[in-house]
Amino acid sequence: MPGSLYLAWRYVAHHWIKTTILTASITLIVFLPLGVRVLIQQSAEHLTARAEATPLLVGAPGSPLELVLNSLYFGTEMPDPLSYADVDSLDAGGLAQPIPLYTRFRAQSHPIVGTSLDYFAFRNLSVADGGLFTLLGECVIGVRVAEALGVGPGDAIVSSPESVFDLAGVYPLKMRVAGVLEFSDSPDDDAIFTDLKTTWVIAGIGHGHQDLTDASAAAGVLRRDSMTITANAAVVQYNEITEANIASFHFHGDLGSYPVTAIIAVPPDQRSATILRGRFEEGDLGAQIVVPSDVMDELLRTVLTVQTFVLAAVVVIGMGTLATAGLVFGLSIRARQREFTTMVKIGASPASVRWLVASEMAVVLSAAMLGATLLTFVTAAYGPPLIRALLL
Amino acid sequence: MIRVRDLEFQYDKSDFRLRVANLQIADRERVAIVGPSGSGKTTLLNLFAGIATPHRGSVETAGQDVSSMSDRARRQFRVRHVGLVFQEFELLEYLTVLDNVLLPYFLTPALKLDDDVRARAVRLAEGVEIDDKLGRNVARLSQGERQRVALCRALLTDPSVILADEPTGNLDPSSKMRVVDLLLERAQEANATLVAVTHDHEVAERFDRVLDMGTLQ
Repeated sequence: MPGSLYLAWRYVAHHWIKTTILTASITLIVFLPLGVRVLIQQSAEHLTARAEATPLLVGAPGSPLELVLNSLYFGTEMPDPLSYADVDSLDAGGLAQPIPLYTRFRAQSHPIVGTSLDYFAFRNLSVADGGLFTLLGECVIGVRVAEALGVGPGDAIVSSPESVFDLAGVYPLKMRVAGVLEFSDSPDDDAIFTDLKTTWVIAGIGHGHQDLTDASAAAGVLRRDSMTITANAAVVQYNEITEANIASFHFHGDLGSYPVTAIIAVPPDQRSATILRGRFEEGDLGAQIVVPSDVMDELLRTVLTVQTFVLAAVVVIGMGTLATAGLVFGLSIRARQREFTTMVKIGASPASVRWLVASEMAVVLSAAMLGATLLTFVTAAYGPPLIRALLL
Repeated sequence: MIRVRDLEFQYDKSDFRLRVANLQIADRERVAIVGPSGSGKTTLLNLFAGIATPHRGSVETAGQDVSSMSDRARRQFRVRHVGLVFQEFELLEYLTVLDNVLLPYFLTPALKLDDDVRARAVRLAEGVEIDDKLGRNVARLSQGERQRVALCRALLTDPSVILADEPTGNLDPSSKMRVVDLLLERAQEANATLVAVTHDHEVAERFDRVLDMGTLQ
């Protein structure tokens, strides 16, 4: 009945404020439970998929959740560090392939992940443009980093200082981009990967400076004897690793004492995994081993419990809103009795009038359903990254 | 023609009783019905239109006995044969002038809205000098302009009987006579019988015949 639909459309368009409020209210009460479900379901799938793909994670004693969120999703809360000796020890044990991670630094909002080349094979990450890092000071970036910073192979990325007011703190290092990774729909898309040693250079543990035996550095040399040269702050320190100065970069102290934030342990089989977990749980190794999927399941159980309460509250609010919407419709119909009487006088049947009112409700409900569907799609598309950002 | 015989009507739970022994209004006649408030003028119009049905007697409008028809038949009869004009215009505030004129076509599946009908609506609007306001919302019109829109709506289906209930009751003196003249002219052009209820003797005098409710009962 196009005539009734046209009149219904004219009515709701004329009373657009009332229509918009009604439509928005119904949209929200339909969308909220749907959106919350979709958001949690999709976020859970994203989070658990990565956790399930990581068999074991070794870290310093502390919060397992913090360890997993930092190591798998590169969250900002950093767990206490392990030492690189733990990586060697795990490797020597022969029960798992260790993949070290050092996630202390950032370049703007993107995490800098110090790791080994094994990480890329483990995560099935391939390079879309350029190559993997091969030299000190090189990095490989996720595709979203490339888009956000507008950089590609051959360009440079500078690490962010931890505190601009800490003169003795970490200085920025300019890293050369060796390649851009393929899109993987994972936190790797937002990360900057580099060699562990490069992250140690950012940390100031390793450094490169003017050759103190060279005459040009004479002004910075305080004392020189047969074994040692002592220099002052006038000696030029390099904040970029180039072909010309790479040879000057060196590390002081014992490599085994250098920090890593976590170690991904990849056992060859279930038996090795069980033995490894047993060693960590029974022995006093000064570290913990966690199964990331168990940690995430625990987190999601909590989230699902909260979701149940949220949905219950939404249903109660929804019923109240629906009752209010019904009241608005009812009062509106009562106020229009004279209009409907006139319609019947000039020839409309009571069924036509009922059809007209039903059409008005249908227009509002259709708009609300369309709005709720669109919002749900938008939530499904943009919600999980948002949740990851909020969680991490 | 409108013919009433031995009519008796009473509203539920009301002492008011309308009795009309015999009344005849010829085709194309233009008749004003006058009488005090509560004398049954509007009720009589409703009986002519088939909006109400008598308890006794018969009402014949445009050659058909509307008092014996079913509800559905009376509605269809009104759509085809009767044009109604109300004291308070009864226009839909959310529609434009043109849409208000076309309203019977939006509400009644039996009427097919096509380009000819739209052209006729525009011609009617031209006849009452509101064609320059066809796209305007009726809420922005003066009272006189609104009644002219209502007149176009009543005439659109080319009715043989036009029933007007206090058509000038809400109009100022300058608009009043203009609307009455238009009503009389259009009814004559359409060869339609016109019956108008009015309190206003100045208006009533313009009609071919004046019926006083006091003399009918």
